[in-house]
Amino acid sequence: MIKVEHLVKRFGLRKAVDDISFEVEKGTVLGFLGPNGAGKTTTIRMMAGYLPATSGRIWVNGIDVNEDPVRAQRQIGYMPENTPLYDEMTAGGFLEFVAEIRGFRGAERSRRVDEVLDSCMLGSVRHQPIETLSKGYRRRTCLAQMLIHDPPVLLLDEPTEGLDPNQKQVVRDMIERMAKDKIIMLSTHVLEEVEAVCSRAMIISEGRLKADGAPAELKKRSASYNVLTVEVLAPAEEAAKVFGAIPDVERVEPVTEAGGKQVLRLIPKDRQSLAVGVIEAAARHKWMVVGMRSDSGRLDEVFRQITTTDDVIRRSA
Amino acid sequence: MEAIRHSAAVAKREWKAYFHSPVAYIFIIIFLALAGFFTFSVGSFYEAGQADLRIFFFWHPWLYLILVPAVAMRLWAEERRMGTMELLFTLSVTPMQAIAGKMAAAWGFLCLALALTFPIPLTAGWLGNPDWGVVASGYLSSALLAGAYLAVGLFTSALTRNQVISFVLAVVGGLFLILAGYEPVTTLLSQWAPRWLVDGVAAAGFMTHFQAMQRGVLDLRNFVYFASVIGFMLFLTQLVLNNRSGR
Repeated sequence: MIKVEHLVKRFGLRKAVDDISFEVEKGTVLGFLGPNGAGKTTTIRMMAGYLPATSGRIWVNGIDVNEDPVRAQRQIGYMPENTPLYDEMTAGGFLEFVAEIRGFRGAERSRRVDEVLDSCMLGSVRHQPIETLSKGYRRRTCLAQMLIHDPPVLLLDEPTEGLDPNQKQVVRDMIERMAKDKIIMLSTHVLEEVEAVCSRAMIISEGRLKADGAPAELKKRSASYNVLTVEVLAPAEEAAKVFGAIPDVERVEPVTEAGGKQVLRLIPKDRQSLAVGVIEAAARHKWMVVGMRSDSGRLDEVFRQITTTDDVIRRSA
Repeated sequence: MEAIRHSAAVAKREWKAYFHSPVAYIFIIIFLALAGFFTFSVGSFYEAGQADLRIFFFWHPWLYLILVPAVAMRLWAEERRMGTMELLFTLSVTPMQAIAGKMAAAWGFLCLALALTFPIPLTAGWLGNPDWGVVASGYLSSALLAGAYLAVGLFTSALTRNQVISFVLAVVGGLFLILAGYEPVTTLLSQWAPRWLVDGVAAAGFMTHFQAMQRGVLDLRNFVYFASVIGFMLFLTQLVLNNRSGR
């Protein structure tokens, strides 16, 4: 389990991370979201024991990272931003080096290296110098590096940044495969990624934690949540009037009309669910509802709502 | 135990890194060529008619001044530039362990280059009858001197991500340590500085200690001197690495 309490990091006068607290349980894939410069990398670096915190505390499986970074690091696999690697080494040689530092020797070391080469699909480039590898292979080499000691906590800073869609999928599949008995925390500003792999998302902006919850829950904050698109066989003006009279409906926007079929968007008050009211109203007038779709909200809207308001305020100040 | 294992792993990696690139071979060739050139051509080894290695060792401080920073400059600057320092320090390696590993690898490499000058003492032995004790003491002092230059270079390498800056700073640092005990410098200094400062600077210089050991004087004070220069520079390196918040 990870526990972070009132974490603060200052660089000179600037507060890069400003009083962040949270806890993460085993089995969670936590997406750490925020615009560039929000403090994601700084937070992860403190959790990995690379940067000391200005104040606040971080525990990884009960070990205080600031007090005993070395012991905490044994619990952690960390993939830094931009996948730094020793370019002149071969992929296999590099993993041997990491395994040696992680304390494995002899047959055990070879077994571990073979295992991660295999699970990260690196067997074919084992003897190739890292500088000659493509981005996708580099990323997987860096992933392999953090898995060698099979740590219970994985911290990944922008694991799919700069990869093509196929390579991204490979990395996501690997994360999903490892998810069930580890804590995985990944920072990203790619929202589709969070929806694809994360069971929980946190949004930070200007060093502060702004939102925390399951992606589906966060999406409910979006303006388009529960907007209902109805296709109904009914006279045009009458349909708009009847649906507009439903108490929870804020307003009605006609979309298209063709051959007696109306397509209407109903905007709810306070993101209320409208489906039942609409079906009842249609039944009362004996209209046939041929299609209905309720919007589940969009994460990018929530992201923009949360992160741009701050930006705008700061710029106008 | 773990500390030794970490340092050993880092040292092994650094050692291999030298020989994976042309750096090691170029360094060894240039070092041997220059050592030979200065000894036999500039220093007139044969004409001097003396079976000792004074002329050979005489040039070492100046050879090291340029060549050791070239070996040291990448040690940390490259880790900073590539970002691998972050990787290293999150693999549960501490700065102290990494410094020890890098120092051991680079010093070992310099000692290898120095050992490859063995034909020169063999020549002296073949031509005459040198005092082998003095020869051994000369080699020991040369190795210590290389270590001291290296520690300076390791420190300047940790200061920057730019290898050129690291190199230039190391040369300047080394030059200061060569010239610190040199008479024109102490005279210049004594015109305005208090006596204790002049003495302090003079005592900090390489040359008096190096020359004493060249004569075959194995005084403990000279060992203490080189050990403290190395220790102090490595300590400063650790301070720089610990304070990496402003990367």
